[in-house]
Amino acid sequence: MSPRHARHKLDESGARFPDAPLEGPLLEVDDVKTSFVTPTGTAKAVDGVSFTLERGRTLGIVGESGSGKTVLSRSIMGLLPKRNIVREGSVIFEGREISKLRPSEMRAYWGAQMAMIFQDPMTSLNPVMKVGRQITESLLYHLDISRSYARELAEALMGSVRIPEPAKRLNEYPHQLSGGMRQRVSIAIALACGPKLLFADEPTTALDVTVQAQVLDLLQTQQRERFMSVVLVTHDLGVVAGRADEIAVMYAGRIVEKAPTRTLFHEMRMPYTEALVHSIPKIDDPSHTRLDTIPGRPPSLVNPPPGCKFAPRCRYVQDKCRDEEPPLIPGSTPGHEFRCWFPVGTPQGQAALERNEREAALGATAATAATAEPTAVAATDSSPGQGS
Amino acid sequence: MRLIARRLLQLVVVVILATFIVFALQKARGGDPATAVIPFGSAQQRAQFNKDQHLSDPYFVQYGKWLGNFLQGDMGKTYNTNQDVSDLVKDAAPVSIQLILYAQVLALLIAIPAGVFTAYRAGTKTDAAINAIAFGLLSIPAIVLALVLSYYLSAKWKIFTTPYVPLGAGLSEHIQGMVLPVVTLAVGQIAVYMRLLRSDMIATLQEDFITMAKSKGISNQRVLWRHALRPSSLTLLTVAGLNFGTLISGAIIVEVLFSLPGIGQLLANAIVQVQYPMLQSIVALIAIVYVVVNFLLDALYVVIDPRIRHARSAA
Amino acid sequence: MTFLGDSSAAQVETALWEAGPAGKAAKKRLGVGAWIALGWIVLVAGSALLAPILPLKDPQAQNVDLARQGIGKAGSILGGDSNGRDMLSRLAFGARSSLTVAVGSILLGLVIGGALGLIAGYYRGKIDTLISVLFDTMVSIPALVIAATMVVTLSPASTKGGGTHLNRLLVLVLAIGVVATPLLGRITRASTLAWSEREFVLAARAQGSKNRRIVFREVLPNVLPAMFSIALLGMAIAIVAEAGLALFGVGVNPPTPSWGNMIALERGSLAQYPFMVFEPAAMIFLTVLGLNYLGDVVRARFDVREGGL
Repeated sequence: MSPRHARHKLDESGARFPDAPLEGPLLEVDDVKTSFVTPTGTAKAVDGVSFTLERGRTLGIVGESGSGKTVLSRSIMGLLPKRNIVREGSVIFEGREISKLRPSEMRAYWGAQMAMIFQDPMTSLNPVMKVGRQITESLLYHLDISRSYARELAEALMGSVRIPEPAKRLNEYPHQLSGGMRQRVSIAIALACGPKLLFADEPTTALDVTVQAQVLDLLQTQQRERFMSVVLVTHDLGVVAGRADEIAVMYAGRIVEKAPTRTLFHEMRMPYTEALVHSIPKIDDPSHTRLDTIPGRPPSLVNPPPGCKFAPRCRYVQDKCRDEEPPLIPGSTPGHEFRCWFPVGTPQGQAALERNEREAALGATAATAATAEPTAVAATDSSPGQGS
Repeated sequence: MRLIARRLLQLVVVVILATFIVFALQKARGGDPATAVIPFGSAQQRAQFNKDQHLSDPYFVQYGKWLGNFLQGDMGKTYNTNQDVSDLVKDAAPVSIQLILYAQVLALLIAIPAGVFTAYRAGTKTDAAINAIAFGLLSIPAIVLALVLSYYLSAKWKIFTTPYVPLGAGLSEHIQGMVLPVVTLAVGQIAVYMRLLRSDMIATLQEDFITMAKSKGISNQRVLWRHALRPSSLTLLTVAGLNFGTLISGAIIVEVLFSLPGIGQLLANAIVQVQYPMLQSIVALIAIVYVVVNFLLDALYVVIDPRIRHARSAA
Repeated sequence: MTFLGDSSAAQVETALWEAGPAGKAAKKRLGVGAWIALGWIVLVAGSALLAPILPLKDPQAQNVDLARQGIGKAGSILGGDSNGRDMLSRLAFGARSSLTVAVGSILLGLVIGGALGLIAGYYRGKIDTLISVLFDTMVSIPALVIAATMVVTLSPASTKGGGTHLNRLLVLVLAIGVVATPLLGRITRASTLAWSEREFVLAARAQGSKNRRIVFREVLPNVLPAMFSIALLGMAIAIVAEAGLALFGVGVNPPTPSWGNMIALERGSLAQYPFMVFEPAAMIFLTVLGLNYLGDVVRARFDVREGGL
């Protein structure tokens, strides 16, 4: 093989980094901040995110578009361009600090140790390259194997992600496949070199509803078989509900609540989480039930308001929320953290909600019909954006 | 198949229209070509000339006759020396084809790496510097560059002094003679192609599939050349095709300035000597070549972007 | 190739830094380069306009002492040509003819090409096909050939009268204007196509406004920046085209100077007296550079899409 590959050659034990510990968490993210320098100012897309991910576990990251969840996953992997972007904080992968590594050093991790699946396979697969080439490419680059063996591996991979007639599909272009098949191909590409960590960035959003569950199930099966850790990024709590071990809810670049999945659904403390949970359609609801939407839109990342970033859209909001940003407070369950001064399901929260409702009732009688609240307008035009 | 049929139709329309325009111009001039060609001839000689050239026939008959002859490979004769235009064209064509081909290859050899590099480094000082140079090159008219190059490199420093030599008569002499004309013709193209590729490539580099390719851990070079270049080269191709007419205009100037015995030289003579049959035939030939080149580029399009096959057949 | 309607979360987030790389559109003030370019064009245009009243020597006066004298010699500033005529005043009067041809032909091309492009882009359908085929045909014949043929046809140099100076300038304007038509027309058509799709045009249509009114009130004002930008580039091309025609002996008729015929006239003396050729060549280069630069600035300003052919 060419000397280019020698660098990535496997040693005798088969492990790429022989000194990598087998114990301890796979990924530790500490106070990661990512800002974009724009002509109008610095936008803090990710603002101080920390979490730990154990081997073989799944972390769901949930948030609206613009909450920074996509930037966060690309930031952890080091995939963002360098120019006009400031990245801070530490990312420790298998005990090694990787956030300061250069792209040339990261290449040993990309594809081989950690991989990513993107939202829309239509745009994330190269339209002018045959599917087979796109799979064998990383195999040939990371592993010291022959072209024909790489093709065999690719065919086997295609089979394992349940693509029918894999040998034939290898010679096709992405546009010749259906949406679901395309996403299976991107999964096959991501899994090719057996990564330990997989970022799935909205892996089912662009797919037909009927295919979504199949693709998610496939991901789960593969994760169990390979003992992979997965970071599942989505705007849809329903997607992560049965599949993540832990869920982090992001809002305006911050984690606003993080908890084991069961806890999050049953003892949510952050009003934003509550709103998200209420926006999931339930099977036992009668049809044509109006879903709750969250009025308003996320704040500007360039000059965010002081205080809690969710305050302008919050049902529980008090004056304190507008002035002071709440820190992450531990909840009663281990691993539960949230940012809120008046948490849902607590006496303070209840009192805050009642106070707001009383004032709203007074305001409604005092105000004339002409002074319709501006937020109501914002709510209607932002609602289509909720889903994207 | 439908694409081929459409292109064939286009070929016919363009060639007929193009030659008819030249023909109509000739007629619009009015007067008597015989007077222009043999100003001191007797009335009898003029009448004979008109008869030989079928100039007394009705216009459409004249045009039809010319077209019929042209399709059979007969491009008529020159007025003054009575040579077959097709023979002249046969001798001159290789020179022009070489000139254009070399210039095009040279331009692409420089423009593609420069475009890829500047797109990859978009917004940096190197990018700005290369762009400024490209802009300067773009603004040097061939006529100016030819004069500067031939003064310094051949008259003053005597580096390239060989006149044109056919390829068969010695490779090194052939190259020696072609360097200045080819460089002159290529310089403007370099800048056009580079800028086009750069802007398309910048757009491509922001696509998800590029981040995806990066996330596989393959080398930067591979991401740029294998993943990004091909989908970024479509506009380049289109413009290269449309540009072909400009390239021929440039080639005519370059041939005249460097005394290359090509089609451009023939055309210049045809224009100066008011030789309509020759002019008309050469214009027809160029129009055919233009359409054929664009057709070939279309075919290349399909090779480069597999999606087009489906999109086109659906449309 | 991408679907415009499909705005994924990632794209919304990437939009943040796409705005970043010091985009040309973000630049609100004219740079130094644009001012220099503008200054040069004003200087050239000014001396072309005012040439007869500026304290210049007669561009036709032949002075044996000045013949082939270099820059700064024999009481001249830029030397004299092989007939002993003052180069500086010939350059100024040359600018007069070169710029007349450039401005006149591009105005003509803008009127014809612009009108055809607007019609094709707005009405589409059969008329669009017809106009596009016409443009395609014209582009498939080298512009130089069409222009030269037209000049030879309409204004023969030597035979039978009609070859006067004024005629030749008019014919050059006509010839170069005709070949500029498809260039200007295609850009106008592409830009019109894009703007005709916009909501406010559709809204005007839905309200039942007359087509002519929509074209002039809603579409044309938005298409103008593209036309203006390409017109500046077109003028640069027209200056070069006149020089090309002069090489064939069908440029501006001597003895009236133009930059092109000055080059054509002294081309034979390039090896011995390069300045006689390089001076008009430098004028062409600098003016073309300036016009191209201004065209680029206009395009960046109004965010006219490149390669909108």
